[in-house]
Amino acid sequence: MSVNNIQAHLTFDHGVHPSGFKYLSSNAPIERMPFSPEYILPLGMHIGAPSQPIVKKGDSVKRGQMIAQPAGFVSVALHSPVDGVVEDIGLYQNPGGEEKLSIRIRTDQYSQQVFTADEIPDYQSMSAQEFISAVQNSGLVGLGGAAFPAHVKFAIPEDKSCEHLMINGVECEPFLTADDRVMVEYADDVVKGIDILNHFIGAKNLYVAIEENKPEAIIKVREAVARSGKNIEVVPLKVKYPQGAEKMMITAILGKEVPSGKLPIDLGILVSNVGSIVALSQYFTTGQPLIERVVTISGTAVNRPTNIMVPIGTPMKELIEWCGGFTPEMNRILLGGPMMGMVQKRLDVPVVKGTSGILALTEKEVKPMQEYNCIKCGRCVDACPIFLNPSRMGLLARKGLWDDMLEEHVMDCFECASCSFVCPSNIPLVQSFRVAKSFLREQKAREN
Amino acid sequence: MARQNLHISTSPFLKDKATTPWIMYQVVYAMIPLVLAAYYLFGLGSLAVIITATLGALVTEYIFRRDTGPNTLVDGSALITGILLGLTLPPGFPLWMAFLGGIVAIGMGKVIWGGLGQNIFNPALLGRAFLQAAFPTAITTWSIPDGRYFEFRGTNMALPLMQGHNVDAVSSATPLAQMKFDKVSTGLDQLLLGDIAGSIGETSGVLILMAGAYLLLRRIINWRIPVGILVTVAVFSGIFYLINPAIYPSPWFMIASGGLLLGTFFMATDLVTSPITPKGIWIFSIGVGILVVLIRVWGGLPEGVMYAILLMNAATPLINRYTKIRTYGYPK
Repeated sequence: MSVNNIQAHLTFDHGVHPSGFKYLSSNAPIERMPFSPEYILPLGMHIGAPSQPIVKKGDSVKRGQMIAQPAGFVSVALHSPVDGVVEDIGLYQNPGGEEKLSIRIRTDQYSQQVFTADEIPDYQSMSAQEFISAVQNSGLVGLGGAAFPAHVKFAIPEDKSCEHLMINGVECEPFLTADDRVMVEYADDVVKGIDILNHFIGAKNLYVAIEENKPEAIIKVREAVARSGKNIEVVPLKVKYPQGAEKMMITAILGKEVPSGKLPIDLGILVSNVGSIVALSQYFTTGQPLIERVVTISGTAVNRPTNIMVPIGTPMKELIEWCGGFTPEMNRILLGGPMMGMVQKRLDVPVVKGTSGILALTEKEVKPMQEYNCIKCGRCVDACPIFLNPSRMGLLARKGLWDDMLEEHVMDCFECASCSFVCPSNIPLVQSFRVAKSFLREQKAREN
Repeated sequence: MARQNLHISTSPFLKDKATTPWIMYQVVYAMIPLVLAAYYLFGLGSLAVIITATLGALVTEYIFRRDTGPNTLVDGSALITGILLGLTLPPGFPLWMAFLGGIVAIGMGKVIWGGLGQNIFNPALLGRAFLQAAFPTAITTWSIPDGRYFEFRGTNMALPLMQGHNVDAVSSATPLAQMKFDKVSTGLDQLLLGDIAGSIGETSGVLILMAGAYLLLRRIINWRIPVGILVTVAVFSGIFYLINPAIYPSPWFMIASGGLLLGTFFMATDLVTSPITPKGIWIFSIGVGILVVLIRVWGGLPEGVMYAILLMNAATPLINRYTKIRTYGYPK
């Protein structure tokens, strides 16, 4: 097949088509900005146990030096993004609103952006066990937004094997272009990362899934694959939200469903975000641990939307200043995309490993819409990618009938918000399912 | 205690552009050609019937509006009910009865259930069912299209509580009645163009098909409903036609005559009163098709669309309950 044939045939059932807004930043090359005077690194920026500090106040640290070690298996290391001095280990505001134990580093004014490692890890001489612990010590997490420690996923249980390795470059959330730019600018690293990971996993089928609205990324990754001579299939997918969700992407490529309550690995499938695979490649080729990531700064209320390679721990307000600040119409700031992202109240919080984008929206986009009664039009039923009945669950939620919602499989909802997006009556469907899910989880915890 | 307006500020922050009033007004726009055709075919009387039925519906909606929540008068749903009710009445229908029909349609068809989206029966059809029970003569007094563009029919102006007398002295039977009682069929061309006796908005098959196509293209109505009903009627009546063409009407006649097309595209497709699950929608539409044929062929009435839809409306909550959708990742 020609490298330039990006015609997509594959997708999943149901889903929605929100406007993309990708044009705002999809052509902006990844930028670097001068170091910030200080960095705040929360110890618990990944899923699992927070890392344990191995430096103390007053210590000098180098760019890429480990400053906190993993506290258990489901935990990762943390590294300093700059040369500098540990100013404080204390409670600092985090994205999301709570205060978390964090390490604050004052930047040495002579700190260099160029990273030089003392030694580059040689994966070819490693055992599988050594590889897993190397990945853990590199601080790598899923960069798609969940920030789940990558090595936990890569450690495939003895009784299971991985047949398909899928790299997720779908990036279906509107506005976000970080993965798109990573694929365009680091296409060789994508291939290299797959090669390194598959050295230990031994999957027979290797895929990179990219939606067809990123033609440049598809072509660049295909060219890199051709250069490497590896047998990796770059799969263009039809544009549809929420295709970047692991389950939807698997269904789009293989036509299989992941059984409820199971993980992809139960079907012999391992999925990794494209940003993570590039970070993996960089660790094993340059020795640079996860100390920076690409963040999209976009939205209709940002003066200069772009993509930035941001050192982890950079205060968000510095990114906004770098992008020329907000327009006067700015009304709300979101972390992540507009479909699943979280509202952020203040900007003195740091970029963490799971920050994929910072969006600024105008009042026109966020103002609450007039709510009407459910007219049972069934648009939510046709939108839900996992075939729930949001209309019925919305009525049950309004009455507080949580147990009935459990029978409607509300716990399978992964909160993609397609239902709320299409609802012509503007009923807060996914919003009420989030409430129901946390209530049901609490109830279950009490029972145990 | 004053009701507090707390705004939920969580994602998603993007919205599809279709809102409930937008959907409602799409249906209203689709009915405009039918209203114009009604005036062209049946003259001023038909227009007056539509307007008074609509006024009855809107006045009732206004009286029972809630002081909290959205203004339901402008969401377009009562407008649909009123116009639709008007389209199902005879051109010479007494106006006071049409007004009363509008009141009952909204009052008993919608308000007492809890307003928009809460009702079980299609409000316009419920209003018509009331009129059929209350005024069986007036609602079956048909007239042929005669282009009275500037004058009412005598019966239009009947005083309240009066039937009015049919000064035209020409009452005409609908094609369905001719079929049922005299076994006389009407040509398909007449049925499609509307040059026949019948309810104000049901006679022009071509226009209804075009309006239906518009609603389908705009994805306002579910395609399964018209497909299910029309195919079922064609197949089911086709079987009888093959057995004995002399006494049973042809499938084409069945589809194009009476209120089947109007009911299929504008009433059975009512979002609120039809099932929400794809499987449920098939059951619903096939049920409507079978009932229409059963009532028309063996029932006491020449026409069965109204009762067929109302009966399946009644079954809709049950259908919804028993046609669960299989969730992703569960056994097929």
